[in-house]
Amino acid sequence: MQAETPPAVRAPRPRITAQSVPRLPRHVKLHHDKTRDRWVILVPERVLLPDDTAVAVLQRVDGARRVCDIVDDLARVYNADPALILKDSIALLQDLADKAFLLAATEPPDA
Amino acid sequence: MPEDRPHDGDDFQLVTRTGDLERTQYGIPLAVLAELTHRCPLQCPYCSNPLELEAASGELTTAEWLHVIDELAEIGVLQIHFSGGEPTVRKDLVALVARATEVGLYSNLITSAVMLTRDKLAALADAGLNHVQISFQGAEPVVADRVGGFRNGHAKKLAAARWTRELDLPLTINAVMHRQNLHQLPDIIDMAVALDADRLEVANVQYYGWALKNRQALMPTVAQLEQTTRLVTAAQQRLNAVLVIDYVIPDYYASRPKQCMGGWGRQFFNISPAGKVLPCHAAETITGLSFESVRDHSLDWIWNHSAAFNRYRGTDWMPEPCLSCAHKEEDFGGCRCQAFALTGDAGNTDPACALSPMHGRIFALAETESGADRNAFLYRNFSGGLPETD
Repeated sequence: MQAETPPAVRAPRPRITAQSVPRLPRHVKLHHDKTRDRWVILVPERVLLPDDTAVAVLQRVDGARRVCDIVDDLARVYNADPALILKDSIALLQDLADKAFLLAATEPPDA
Repeated sequence: MPEDRPHDGDDFQLVTRTGDLERTQYGIPLAVLAELTHRCPLQCPYCSNPLELEAASGELTTAEWLHVIDELAEIGVLQIHFSGGEPTVRKDLVALVARATEVGLYSNLITSAVMLTRDKLAALADAGLNHVQISFQGAEPVVADRVGGFRNGHAKKLAAARWTRELDLPLTINAVMHRQNLHQLPDIIDMAVALDADRLEVANVQYYGWALKNRQALMPTVAQLEQTTRLVTAAQQRLNAVLVIDYVIPDYYASRPKQCMGGWGRQFFNISPAGKVLPCHAAETITGLSFESVRDHSLDWIWNHSAAFNRYRGTDWMPEPCLSCAHKEEDFGGCRCQAFALTGDAGNTDPACALSPMHGRIFALAETESGADRNAFLYRNFSGGLPETD
């Protein structure tokens, strides 16, 4: 049995911050399931069921907006505490990133 | 390839982002396994295709599969797993993937990869394929090509895995493990990382059909299994956020049976090459059940009315000790195919359960077989199997 850690060729999963610009990779689809009338996330060999908060966040993930922009928008639309939304959003996005279901840049793409 | 499917429902459960399971009470499944063909260049001795394989002449036509794909999307299936046999044997695979994309089905290709070229894979990616799963039989060619019964297969798989990532498709490595390749698991884990796979399935062989015929050559020892579990657990921690590792243990050595397919007829179905709709890919190993075909009925009708689906649905069919068991809604009495294979009656408690009166005898048998030095395989083929020669 080998104990050595193999070289990780894959880029480390992104660390999500308020300044991150998240986007969904091509193999992750936020999809409205008409039959069951609910939003789902389609990923390889899994169907994830996002709660309402996750759906609201992911509908705003477009590869252009920063996490903080998304949070500002949500705070306005839902008239809620931005600090709380930021905390929840980062936790959600980090969870998806750790599973390779989310990509993120540190800067917004040039317009 | 079906021999690579872990025989459980993990892949097809509804999972929230925190990992909780939400049950659908016999609503249309979210995923379907479409076995396009039983033809396959590999001859793995644990193949989960039935012993009586479907000839090419019995397979659904392209038009029939296209109709099935349309129907799947209409009734609410979200994912389609193109499998076999070897699905790339079908010349119409690109057209089928394209149709799945067109109707909004998320598509997975479950392949041995030995017939892929970079151009074929690129055509599938262009058709909208969402994910590729490649089986590996070992960590290097000597063991891997012997298990698969296919020369140069391992090298071809490595090439196909690299093309998959070059084309920016997500990659799952499926490694079916048994006594004769478990020693290579550390190298298989390293290989999965080096190939930039997203996910590794470490699936111990499940014993029915071809695998049951080869059980004495495949059954791991208790010591091997304990070491494997330690190894996988350590790798899962070490590779957190690098590689997802799913682990299926052989339930001969468990005290509780697996929750097979999320329960018979509850959340999964399979379409055979000839169009038969099955509650699991191994269900045809159970003789005496007859399965309906997409050639005769709609999928919706079959899901709701097929006598074979309703036979072991819910818990009313259960004998004791299942019927009064506190765990009956957790494991649904285990695996029907295993119960049939080991007891002759698919309605019995799965002997993998410690509460089955046959559990002790079967465990002892498995342990005896694992210690015997009988390693020759009976390879899968269309004529009852090919004994391995030196």
